[in-house]
Amino acid sequence: MFNQAFAGTTPLQGSDIAVQWDSLYNFLVWLSIFFFVLVVGGMIYFVFAYRHHPGKKTQYITGSHFLEAIWIAVPTLLLLGIFTWGYSVYHSMTQAPSDAYEIRAIGKQWLWTFQYDNGRTTVGEAYVPLNRPVKLIMTSEDVLHSFFIPNFRIKQDVVPGMYSSVWFTATVPGKHQVFCAEYCGTSHSGMLAKIIALNDEQWEAWNNHKKLGAIPEAGSDFSSSSSDLSASRVVAQVSLAEQGRAVYETKGCLACHSVDGTQKVGPTHKGLFGSSVEMADGKVLIADENYIRTHIENPQKNTVKGFNPVMPTFKGLINETEMNALIAYIKSLK
Amino acid sequence: MSIEETTVHHHAHHFASADDEFEAAKQGMWIFLVTEVLMFGGLFVAYAIFRGLYPEMFHAAHQHLAVNMGATNTVVLITSSLTMALAVSSTQKGKRDHAIIYLVLTLLAACCFLVIKYFEYTHKFHDGLLPGGLFTNTELKDPKSPLFFSLYFMMTGLHGIHVLIGMGVITWILRRTVRHEFSPGYYTPVELVGFYWHFVDLVWIYLFPLLYLVG
Amino acid sequence: MANSSATAHTGNHYLNHSKGLMSWLTTLDHKRIGVMYLFSVLTFFLMGGVFALLIRMELFKWGGHNLLEANTYNKLFTYHGAIMVFLVVIPSIPAALGNFILPLMLGAKDVAFPRLNLASYYIFMTGACFAVLALFMRGADTGWTFYTPYSIRTNTTVILVLFGAFIAGFSSILTGLNFIVTIHKLRAPGLTWDRLPLFCWALYATSIIQVLATPVLAITLALLCMERIFQIGIFDPKLGGDPVLFQHFFWFYSHPAVYIMILPAMGVISEVIPVFSRKPIFGYKAIAYSSFGIALIAFIVWGHHMFVSGQSEFANFIFSLLTMFVAVPTGVKTFSWLATMYRGSLHFNAPMLYALGFLELFTIGGLTGIFLATLAIDVHLTDTYFVVAHFHYVMVGGTLMGLMAGLHYWFPKMVGKMYPEKPALIAFWLIMIGFNITFFPQFILGAQGMPRRYWSYLPEFTLLNRISTVGSWLIGIGFFYTAHYLAKAMRKGEKAVANPWNALTLEWQTSSPPPHENFIETPVVTSWPYEYLPENTTMPVNA
Repeated sequence: MFNQAFAGTTPLQGSDIAVQWDSLYNFLVWLSIFFFVLVVGGMIYFVFAYRHHPGKKTQYITGSHFLEAIWIAVPTLLLLGIFTWGYSVYHSMTQAPSDAYEIRAIGKQWLWTFQYDNGRTTVGEAYVPLNRPVKLIMTSEDVLHSFFIPNFRIKQDVVPGMYSSVWFTATVPGKHQVFCAEYCGTSHSGMLAKIIALNDEQWEAWNNHKKLGAIPEAGSDFSSSSSDLSASRVVAQVSLAEQGRAVYETKGCLACHSVDGTQKVGPTHKGLFGSSVEMADGKVLIADENYIRTHIENPQKNTVKGFNPVMPTFKGLINETEMNALIAYIKSLK
Repeated sequence: MSIEETTVHHHAHHFASADDEFEAAKQGMWIFLVTEVLMFGGLFVAYAIFRGLYPEMFHAAHQHLAVNMGATNTVVLITSSLTMALAVSSTQKGKRDHAIIYLVLTLLAACCFLVIKYFEYTHKFHDGLLPGGLFTNTELKDPKSPLFFSLYFMMTGLHGIHVLIGMGVITWILRRTVRHEFSPGYYTPVELVGFYWHFVDLVWIYLFPLLYLVG
Repeated sequence: MANSSATAHTGNHYLNHSKGLMSWLTTLDHKRIGVMYLFSVLTFFLMGGVFALLIRMELFKWGGHNLLEANTYNKLFTYHGAIMVFLVVIPSIPAALGNFILPLMLGAKDVAFPRLNLASYYIFMTGACFAVLALFMRGADTGWTFYTPYSIRTNTTVILVLFGAFIAGFSSILTGLNFIVTIHKLRAPGLTWDRLPLFCWALYATSIIQVLATPVLAITLALLCMERIFQIGIFDPKLGGDPVLFQHFFWFYSHPAVYIMILPAMGVISEVIPVFSRKPIFGYKAIAYSSFGIALIAFIVWGHHMFVSGQSEFANFIFSLLTMFVAVPTGVKTFSWLATMYRGSLHFNAPMLYALGFLELFTIGGLTGIFLATLAIDVHLTDTYFVVAHFHYVMVGGTLMGLMAGLHYWFPKMVGKMYPEKPALIAFWLIMIGFNITFFPQFILGAQGMPRRYWSYLPEFTLLNRISTVGSWLIGIGFFYTAHYLAKAMRKGEKAVANPWNALTLEWQTSSPPPHENFIETPVVTSWPYEYLPENTTMPVNA
């Protein structure tokens, strides 16, 4: 009961570390409640017990070395204990096993790119094996970012010009939310990603470039999540545009573009398809399939008038199936 | 206070006596100098960190500084510290004429320092030895070299600003000395400006070897 | 405790000593300078507060696009933070209340350097003008922490804000310098160090931090300005510099700055609790020394802001261990205040209410600080709303409650009128309840993983954000109401007697408001300021 009391205030326990973290966290919450009741409870008791009334006398007390010694010694010992516990958990957070599966991660405003040893690259989602240590070696192309996976209770700043790393062993299959936790500009809050923890069978399939079935959110009921489909690796049960929507979301397009007409860092895609668009150099292009493709693969070539040429290239990051689905989706945004 | 004073300084009446006021002013000045030490301290820490990271680059870059000019400036500043100390002691003894001469000499030394600094800077500009992104020199191959000159210009620049401010306050006390405002009974501003000027000198005593000699 | 000089009240006081706007703008009187600081700080507080309300409005609904665009939101939280930290919380108690009260408490006619004091005010306002000017240009969107390299790359007018904070820093340094010398040199006869009121001790410890830490911030901000103008590259990884070095420099100042904010509030609480408990302060020496304990530790714990920045594990070990010890002197103070109330005769006027509010909020702020000091726990919680909630409990729950306690406590002394007790009670509960509703849910949001500085958030965080936003309205109403009744009391309030609280410190031994030079004759101190005898339990104001 004591260990579960605050379960609602913390995310899913998606890793070994998360279990250790939650024990310490629960202990600290209970300890805080104890001291809060001691101080504020005492205060409230005094408020009622010693309120002024005419003729009341106080007791002349100026201090007590005994009490002072106690409230110096007891907290000091407690704090040293907390420190030791905190450090030991932290130490296991920093010591990645030497056989950990390594993935390289790059942060840039405002998306995450993951590169695997087998030469594959993914954007906005990192595929990792379940129950096996995984180490992310991270750097940034521009400003500070921070890679934060609440379900695993880990976070690490990503600094341009240097590598930092973080490791975890995912124990729950499915998708785990990733946030950028270090402020990085306009779309900081849109710089999201997912860790996708795959069981042996799925991991095998992914490594062999086979199609994966539906991957649900970690901790959610598998059968109820069938609508949450992972982009390109989907068996074609839904329309191409629907698949495109998934690509659109996982590749981080939403960080800079909208589908509802609002202007973000980049132009909105609502009603884009088939329209005439004026470029920065004054020429007018018709937004057709080729237009969308060149703007995804070579965004600096022609920038839409009124916007800065800040979009990174997605050449090689979006495969042909995904591109087709993506174009179908943008076409559907009337 | 002695009776033969020509002008009597009235201490601010929230102090009990002129001595208290003098002591308070001195304490304030010392605290101010502590803050100055901490301000330069930040730059010295940055210097130490980058020197530890890139010792070869620092060595190569420091050879582009003019040691003879730096050394001359060291002598100039130490001399000015001496004349400043003499100015303070003359004021304390009531020798106004001597004080004026020493203050003028101190000012001249400060000018001399800045003139030499000007020639040094223009030479650096000419060679493209500029801070960070403005660096255009092609002799220094290490791509980190601009960092050295960033630190060089920041440290000597901040020091130069202190020299300029020093010249301002020395001119101010010179003017007040000429107007007979100081006496053996009241010379607080002269003493405090003296403290400040010795501090400015002291900073240079550290800057010179760190930048020009050790590299 | 002193030869009272309150008797000779001739109706001539510092407010009517000289007249006209110029007599205020050129005044050397520490009381008038304190009042000018107070009004400036409250104006900036209004600005920062409105920004906060707008931020909370945007977060009422998930997904962004509710009221503000992302860039506007980013500028608003930057401004909210920078204004509240540099222009409100840091100067609020020392520069405003401290300026007014410190010389009075010491039995002095003024601070040691009155002209420097006025100069500090103008330096502060110049800095503030630069920072506010940026608002009308392209703003600043770096967060108040100005982390590199984002602060080098952004195309907003961050340089003006940097320059403003740089200038305002010198005001802080000079005020600290002034206070240290004042406490050393201008104590009334008989006011020995062991009779010094705890508010003075707290200001002394604060001043030491201001003097030692602020110059490092000054040089850091100057370097960052140079970075933007001349690309000097010290903090820019593209030019070989180190962006993490900026964080070290920044927190070397900004961590002690946290104690610049909280120590004076603790000083106020140490004055208010014995007066309204009618009892000597418990453990005078322990409270006085613990301020210095906190000031000392302040300088060696900055790295606890950087546990996930990539600094070495060894550095994290040391910084976490040292940080734990901050809780010890803080605990000493808290328990001593509590023990002061034990067997007292408690009066619940507004200052005491705010002191009790301080105890409640600061206890939560302090305990959650232990979470963040614990290495492993911090890794998950840092840069989330847990941190946001923690420092609001400390800075608002601590410093602002202290400011409100002090403002009500010394209001009769400052303007010679009483504030109305009933509206103060209502405002107190509005602020207290509103505050807890606003910030307590943010602890849970943070533990659940919602990062800070997020313009849009995921739908699962909606409920708690909504509760938080509703709470912010209560705080807003509470403060606007306070401004209303205090403004009214200034004009039409009941006339205050010299010592409405029957307190023993020197500022109450002169008339309300005090005469131009504080005391008709220099007071002589004969005992310590907390000598409340068992029979002395009444207050004129409650009689």
